[in-house]
Amino acid sequence: MKANDKRIDWVEEPKLGLAGRMYLPLILGGLTTTSKHLVSPKVTVSYPDQEPEIGNPLIYRGVHRLNKDEQGRVKCVACFLCATACPAHCIDIIGVESPWPDREKYPESFVIDELRCIFCGMCEEACPVDAIELTSLYNLTGRSREEMIFDKEKLLSVYDATKDKEPMKSTQLGGTV
Amino acid sequence: MDITSLIIAFVKISVVLGGIMTAAAYFVLLERRVAAWVQDRRGPNRVGLPLTKIRLFGLGQPLADGAKMILKEEYTPAHVDRRLFVLAPIIIMSAALAVYAAIPFGSSLPPIPQLGINEPINLVIAPQLDVGMIYVFALSSIAVYGVILGGWASNNKYSFLGGLRSSAQMIAYELPLGLGLLGVILATGSLRLDAIVGQQADSVWFALAQPLGFVVFVVAAFAEAGRLPFDLPECEQELIGGYHTEYSGMKLVLFLTAEFIHMITASFLIVILFLGGWHFPGITGGSETEITWLLAALRIGVLLAKVFCVIFFFMLVRWSWPRFRFDQLMTLAWKIMLPLGVVNLISVAFITEFQHPSYFGGRFADASPTTTLIVCAAGWVVAIVSWIVVASLSPLVTDNRPRLDLDVYGVDSQLEP
Repeated sequence: MKANDKRIDWVEEPKLGLAGRMYLPLILGGLTTTSKHLVSPKVTVSYPDQEPEIGNPLIYRGVHRLNKDEQGRVKCVACFLCATACPAHCIDIIGVESPWPDREKYPESFVIDELRCIFCGMCEEACPVDAIELTSLYNLTGRSREEMIFDKEKLLSVYDATKDKEPMKSTQLGGTV
Repeated sequence: MDITSLIIAFVKISVVLGGIMTAAAYFVLLERRVAAWVQDRRGPNRVGLPLTKIRLFGLGQPLADGAKMILKEEYTPAHVDRRLFVLAPIIIMSAALAVYAAIPFGSSLPPIPQLGINEPINLVIAPQLDVGMIYVFALSSIAVYGVILGGWASNNKYSFLGGLRSSAQMIAYELPLGLGLLGVILATGSLRLDAIVGQQADSVWFALAQPLGFVVFVVAAFAEAGRLPFDLPECEQELIGGYHTEYSGMKLVLFLTAEFIHMITASFLIVILFLGGWHFPGITGGSETEITWLLAALRIGVLLAKVFCVIFFFMLVRWSWPRFRFDQLMTLAWKIMLPLGVVNLISVAFITEFQHPSYFGGRFADASPTTTLIVCAAGWVVAIVSWIVVASLSPLVTDNRPRLDLDVYGVDSQLEP
């Protein structure tokens, strides 16, 4: 293709005025911008001293929790929908016959490997009874791999720890109680 | 030379070397903080006293950086020219430090008869050096050898390109640097840095009397120090570090520190040659004032404060303007800065000539306020007029596309139209 090809739309640069040729707007503009930013408020969050602001806890995807119903029982009915939906295969459920009359099964064991989890939130979307939810706890750390495997008791305790600050999402998002 | 002056010289050398190396380390921290502030970040502010929780605004960072760099593996690739590879950082560092033999860091200290020192102590390692300026410029040119040798010895395309660019850039900008300097020397009549400062203390700072020379010198000093917008020898995006791509560990530290010392040297030169050195109107006296301890301390403080401000300006400029393209760099050097420098030199020569007692009955031979005002006015008129003329004659070329009127640039001419 030649430079004078008909198909090339040739855009001419705007001609510089005298001030532009003397570099003045460039020099002044550059220095003004940097000087302004030098004193403007900083956006860095000094993390351990200062907690970051979670935008909307309803849609934040942090550590999981297992919700309890009014009688303090685990809401989960061991339907395995979350384990099926999980792309990282990090949910391991053992379902047994339920001791309560209102449901057929309940999870005897419910284990999430937080190190395998990719925090996509598909378990939360799949759950038909809104038992599994993602909280806005973002600073999940542990000293060993074993510590990062959360069992049913730990997931329920996450619910106890966060239920006051973050009530069940389903009601706020228009779901079932 | 008796034993006292030898001891004084050693004390001065250790103060300057220690001060410069510490200053370079802390200016790295300042550079990082300024970069962060300009980008709305906070920068390194965590490292404080070792083994405590005291943070001190990150003042422990240079210590941590130094420890890290010393403990890093010093890797020498197999394909390098080993002798030159080792030699390059040594050359650049020693040349950068040796410059400080002639650069004053204050005016002088009063005599101390209790210690057997009966004359004022000049605050420069080599006092009364008559070729001070020539020495400084000779050594700062040798520093280019370090860059070129580093690029050559690395045996690597990027380093080699960096070294080549550096040599072309340094040669191009030596000329405007020298021309800016010549104006000052012509107006002073001496190559001694203390005489240049004394002249400014008695009349007016050369930045006001020769604004054109000041601009040319500052731009050339930026280019010589290899700072943005003239950091083509080592631009990270194109040359992944340029001449020090292959270096690691202490050798890399030598390169990086030498670069910072170049910047400090350039700031010292700008301050001493154009911004009055240790002089500040009203508080530091003239060149003939009797020196006292208070005055000596004031002069050191004023000089260092000015140098700090210039270095801060260096750091601010780094984030203000984009890097030049190489052809633009050369245009700026040869078509804009060189003519401006020549015009400045000629105008200073004229002004200095007419200040001679044989013209106008010696009316402008003294340093009276009227003379100073006329000299400054002439300098500013020359600066503005010549800047406008040069800017209209050779504008910065931004369009590097193939030209429509030339067919030789048709690259894929065998393609179907």
